[in-house]
Amino acid sequence: MLAVEMKHIYKSFGPVKANHDVNFDLEQGEIHALLGENGAGKTTLMRILYGLYKADMGEIFINGEKVAIHSPKEAIAAGVGMVTQHFTLVPPLTVAENVVLGYTNGVVLSQREIEKNVAAASEKFGILVNPSALVKDLSVGERQRVEILKALYRNARILIMDEPTAVLVPQEVDVLFESLLRLVKSGLSVIFISHKLIEVMAVSDRITVLRDGKVANTVKKSETNQVELAKMMVGRETFGVRLLDACETSEPIYELSGVTLDGKHGKKVLDDVSFCVSRGEILGIAGVSGNGQGELTEVITGLVTPTKGSIKIEGRDITHLAPGQLSDAGIGRTPQDRHEGTIGDLSVAENLALEHIKDYTQKGLLDRKKIRDDATTIIKEFQIKASPGDQLRKLSGGNMQKVVLARALSRKPKVLIASQPTRGLDVGATEYVRNRLLEERARGTAIVLLSEDLDEVLALSDRIAVIYEGRIMGVVPSAEATPEKIGLLMAGAVQH
Amino acid sequence: MWTRALIPVAAVLATFVITSIFIILAGANPFEAYYNFIIVPLSSKFSALEVLVKATPLIFTGLAVTFAFAAGYYNIGAEGQLYAGAVAAAWVGATFTNLPAIVVVPLMLVLGFAAGMLWALLPAFLKVKLKVDEVVTTLLMNSIIMYFISALLNGPWRDPETGWPKSPEFFEAARFVQLIPKSRLHLGFVIALILVVIVFIVIKRTPFGLQMRAAGASKAGALFAGINVNRTMLIAALVSGGIAGLAGVSEIAGIHYHLISELSGGYGYTGIIVATLGGLNPIGVSVAAMFIGLIDTGAQTVSRVLGVPVYLGDVVQSTLLLVTLSMLLLQNYRIKRI
Repeated sequence: MLAVEMKHIYKSFGPVKANHDVNFDLEQGEIHALLGENGAGKTTLMRILYGLYKADMGEIFINGEKVAIHSPKEAIAAGVGMVTQHFTLVPPLTVAENVVLGYTNGVVLSQREIEKNVAAASEKFGILVNPSALVKDLSVGERQRVEILKALYRNARILIMDEPTAVLVPQEVDVLFESLLRLVKSGLSVIFISHKLIEVMAVSDRITVLRDGKVANTVKKSETNQVELAKMMVGRETFGVRLLDACETSEPIYELSGVTLDGKHGKKVLDDVSFCVSRGEILGIAGVSGNGQGELTEVITGLVTPTKGSIKIEGRDITHLAPGQLSDAGIGRTPQDRHEGTIGDLSVAENLALEHIKDYTQKGLLDRKKIRDDATTIIKEFQIKASPGDQLRKLSGGNMQKVVLARALSRKPKVLIASQPTRGLDVGATEYVRNRLLEERARGTAIVLLSEDLDEVLALSDRIAVIYEGRIMGVVPSAEATPEKIGLLMAGAVQH
Repeated sequence: MWTRALIPVAAVLATFVITSIFIILAGANPFEAYYNFIIVPLSSKFSALEVLVKATPLIFTGLAVTFAFAAGYYNIGAEGQLYAGAVAAAWVGATFTNLPAIVVVPLMLVLGFAAGMLWALLPAFLKVKLKVDEVVTTLLMNSIIMYFISALLNGPWRDPETGWPKSPEFFEAARFVQLIPKSRLHLGFVIALILVVIVFIVIKRTPFGLQMRAAGASKAGALFAGINVNRTMLIAALVSGGIAGLAGVSEIAGIHYHLISELSGGYGYTGIIVATLGGLNPIGVSVAAMFIGLIDTGAQTVSRVLGVPVYLGDVVQSTLLLVTLSMLLLQNYRIKRI
């Protein structure tokens, strides 16, 4: 008898077909991986099973019985538990309190009794937690164990794990996999959502690959391999990608070597990032959101000091310089979020002057004429629709981005950090910004372009470095780059 | 932008309408009440000068609050910093008996400023180093200094002649000169006005002021521009404390000539109202301080003439603050018909 059977599931969000005629089944006591790129419909399918979404069409059977699940509460009653990437724990409460929360009968809550119950459950399922510890003191991996225990405590026989490894450090991943394998032996059935081929191959019995909302294939692990799965994921042949050396470029003037940044709980958010950029070259950094681009921007714009590694411009070490000093060293910096890199309440002119306030000071007072005059010049040059005295927050996104760009470019930098330069802009403004970047490139500026827009990276870059989980997966010459190749690197499917 | 300038006027009008309800409940005619509130105090020279006397400490505390708020530091502790300045002044005024005014007065101002800074130091330090919410800590420091002063006045500083809990009287040289004979208007008012100009220049015309406003308006943006936000905030917090300390110096050396525990009628807290009404602009602060001074003076008149409680003045002030804050919030929205 199948633990779960989902037949002909359809689900649309407006014009987007998130699930289209999806068939999926889970056997008793197996780990079944749902593999696919971001947006392939994995999470949607599981949210339908867990009662968070309602399918437009289709049938669900649990243990052979047809069910209609309208809410997580009904899913739990049917023996389905789900652990998401974003934990639903209450940090100031203890582990035991979190586990029993919403699942207690009666009025009186005996701290000792629930701790005893939770300790017993912890032992029974082999998931080690300290019932009396406060959740806020736990590491991410420990919190995840609490989430799993919470589901099991509610008698879940079917456990959905949504990208469980995304938040874990490697050692924690190992511990998680051990627990899952043990639990499956005792009869639990697990659905494991992931886009990481290595993990899927490591832990699952069967694999269902979703692509664009449809099932590409369901295969046994023993009968497949990573390359075949990658092919199913992106739907094409995965021809070999020629990778360049990170510093294989003509005249490097800007160089990162071994830049590493420790995040919370010891997970490295940037891991040994190295690359070079030459004069008159655009190095695009592509990556799925949350893979370290944001942190990389913070490091190279001077907001955060890396744990290890060095950053050099023309051989000069600038790793430890403050943001203002970086500008003086020839780095033009733009923020990844124009609203957070500017002061909305101050005027356009003040925003333009703020970074180089010393140049606008005379006898201890602000040289307001120079601030205004320089702003007028810049506004004209960059075709910004605003006057110097306008409050920056009143500007449109495109004009605000021009201010941000103008602030960096007006200093004639040798290196420009362009982070998400066209995010949220309309077509006209996007065009303007991209042309401006190409002009700078022609002028001889070395440009680091960080963007989540893959088309933008492909259109502008000379070389493309792909970042995945804080590591540079490879550098590809743009002439040979296609969305598919880059996509595979971005999904971590190809190891170098 | 024009709406921004209109807010104080609209707020005052709305406050009059709202508080009329309370005036009617107290059994008086609102028009008569407001005539006594606003017009009567200004119609005699003596009471008009008294309005300025009342406004003097409020200019100081309003500026103090403005300075901190502009940098994004919510200093609720001007009251305590005022008392710290007053303690320093009380010590100077009763100790250096043989120094001339030209030396004693500046000495009082410097030490009063320093004492205010000192009292602001701990919360500011906790904020910058440990991110402890300054609203709570600055407020708590106000209670602490009241106990400290009570201990001082009941202990070493108890008046040796009368036994009252008040510090020894100031010597003549330490007393601020009266600006106009037979009025209580004193040197403190002039110092307050000079400070208005200085604070205006610092906030609006110096590089530090710009960085301070940047840090106050957007911490992330300021960090990106390379501003040391913590240092800026720390300096703003300390200067704010110093200015509040001057309020204490001014009150004790201009009016009382000795330290008592009722020195301030909540000027530190009213300073928050003044700063808000004044739109965190030093010029606006001085106008707002005079307006609040007027209401304070007027409340006495209204109470005397119409027999309504003198607390009506507090009600008007509080209502005015709430109305102004609501308007500042609401000006970010537009009513749209769809």
